[in-house]
Amino acid sequence: MKVIVCIKQVPDTKGGVKFNPDGTLDRGAMLAIMNPDDKAGLEAALRLKDQYGAEVTVLTMGLPKASDVLREALAMGADKGILVTDRVLGGADTWATSSTIAGAIRNLEYDLIITGRQAIDGDTAQVGPQIAEHLNIPVISYAQEIKIDGDKVIVKRQYDDRYHMLEAKMPCLITALSELNDPRYMTPGGIFDAVQADITTWGRADLKDVDDANLGLAGSPTKIAKASDKVRKGAGEKVVPDTPEDAVKYIVGKLDEKHVI
Amino acid sequence: MDFTLPKEHEMARQLFKDFAENEVKPLAQEVDQEHRFPRETVEKMAKYGFMGIPVPKEYGGQGCDTLTYAMCVEELSKVCGTTGVIVSAHTSLCIDPILTFGSEEQKQKYVVPLAKGEKLGAFGLTEPGAGTDAQGQQTKAVLDGDEWVLNGSKCFITNGKEADVYVIFAVTGKVEKRGRMMKEISAFIVEKGTPGFTFGTKENKMGICGSATYELIFTDCRIPKDNLLGQQGKGFNIAMHTLDGGRIGIAAQALGLAGGALETTINYVKERKQFGKAIGGFQNTQFQLADMATKVEAAKMLVYKAARKKDEYKKDPKVSYSVEAAMAKLCAAEVAMEVTTKAVQLHGGYGYIKEYDVERMMRDAKITEIYEGTSEVQRMVISAALLK
Repeated sequence: MKVIVCIKQVPDTKGGVKFNPDGTLDRGAMLAIMNPDDKAGLEAALRLKDQYGAEVTVLTMGLPKASDVLREALAMGADKGILVTDRVLGGADTWATSSTIAGAIRNLEYDLIITGRQAIDGDTAQVGPQIAEHLNIPVISYAQEIKIDGDKVIVKRQYDDRYHMLEAKMPCLITALSELNDPRYMTPGGIFDAVQADITTWGRADLKDVDDANLGLAGSPTKIAKASDKVRKGAGEKVVPDTPEDAVKYIVGKLDEKHVI
Repeated sequence: MDFTLPKEHEMARQLFKDFAENEVKPLAQEVDQEHRFPRETVEKMAKYGFMGIPVPKEYGGQGCDTLTYAMCVEELSKVCGTTGVIVSAHTSLCIDPILTFGSEEQKQKYVVPLAKGEKLGAFGLTEPGAGTDAQGQQTKAVLDGDEWVLNGSKCFITNGKEADVYVIFAVTGKVEKRGRMMKEISAFIVEKGTPGFTFGTKENKMGICGSATYELIFTDCRIPKDNLLGQQGKGFNIAMHTLDGGRIGIAAQALGLAGGALETTINYVKERKQFGKAIGGFQNTQFQLADMATKVEAAKMLVYKAARKKDEYKKDPKVSYSVEAAMAKLCAAEVAMEVTTKAVQLHGGYGYIKEYDVERMMRDAKITEIYEGTSEVQRMVISAALLK
């Protein structure tokens, strides 16, 4: 069984988001980490390795520095790392990114592709399903649980107020939620090996069956007008009125106070 | 001279920091106040290879270096001195002497499960009458057929009762040295569960309260002849060599305690307000913090240097790291005591309350000036090298 996990190096947003004066992200001012949903996807793949002896390849697209997350993945137990990096691929939106990653994956054999649901720096949740579309394979998003049954995967998919049990024949793509599992730590010995490990590096020329028109900034239909940090909600106020009438009165009073009604 | 840490060490530090923050810190208060050995943490550390960091892979270890091991003890001790010393005593005092002086059979039988963390290790040298004066040993071992028979007791043994494998020192005879009759000391490997090997009192300590410190009692305890570690009569050398390495572990523990107290205090002084502003805004606080940080950094340089020197020794046994280890422990232990005391002072009344981490850190720091060679012993080691 061969599993490809797509991971992304993202700025750690725990300490807040920092912007450059021109409104773009100041990545240098923030710690770079493995995207949490991707890390859960990697953990799911490593559990398939523990259970079924799956071979786990991690793939990322980014600047040469993005190889750091590949080494972290190797130190956790992944077998192989592939970095897709090229100046002509820079400035990619989700469409150009998924076109690039699909072009890289076409060079590889796989039964399962796992991506994170979404990256904490963009929050689009588009790249995973788009890769599946480019490769013409089924996709199951928002996976909370993954099981293998012969040549099929059985996935518990999170939904607003319930979950779905879905089955798909492999090869297919799954997008993982960070709630899927608690990712394992690296091991010290794994780190020493990972630092010495060869990372396969691919550029534009290595991408298979991809049109230049779908790559990089020029191939990105999305144009960003403005970026800003999330507006954080306050803690709110909890009240326990004695009767339903009091509750209604309180709510209506608050809505009136804020000129909603 | 390059002070930049290689990538693998930066990654390892991040690993140890994350692990300490997520798995160790939440238990630190509880294991201290309940005097409870954190068995669940040891199991987690075993899973991630922390119990055999500087051990070659062929013996079940991680194949990393002494510096990585020291950084692990440092980061664990930043949040919990107890957890730091469990790893240090296990690795430096039990695995290291077996790995250095043991036969291939002993390494396979003991080092492999110890390095994997399937078993826990301890070291028994100290006796009621033999602390700094290791020659005062009373525990005896007598060869009887194919077995050594041990009689005597050891005290203040870290990881006592919790450990499965013990490196024990005992008198095996008398030898003449420079015209004087001296005790011949030998080292042995003793397993928990061996008939005649029991545990006495659990010590009620000032600090590192989660660490199990026990008396070991040997009453006609028979162990196989093959459990002699190294050559008969070389026990004193084995003990001194082992303590040289152990001092790097304790120096790392002290460094971690000092660093942890400093970090905790920096956060505190930014929040604590007096006279209408955060106390970090007062020059006294700023100067205290500057002194604390400078001393922690100086201690770190000595600890990392000693760890590096031990790695050089592994490649070339002619290299000695004894003085570097003594300097690292002397400096880091005294810095730990000074910095944790200042941390308590900067916390004011709250620093004296058990809910605040610095109270525990100050109690934990004191032992680093005492065990595995007091600060006075370190001064003896350093000055002896200066004046020889």
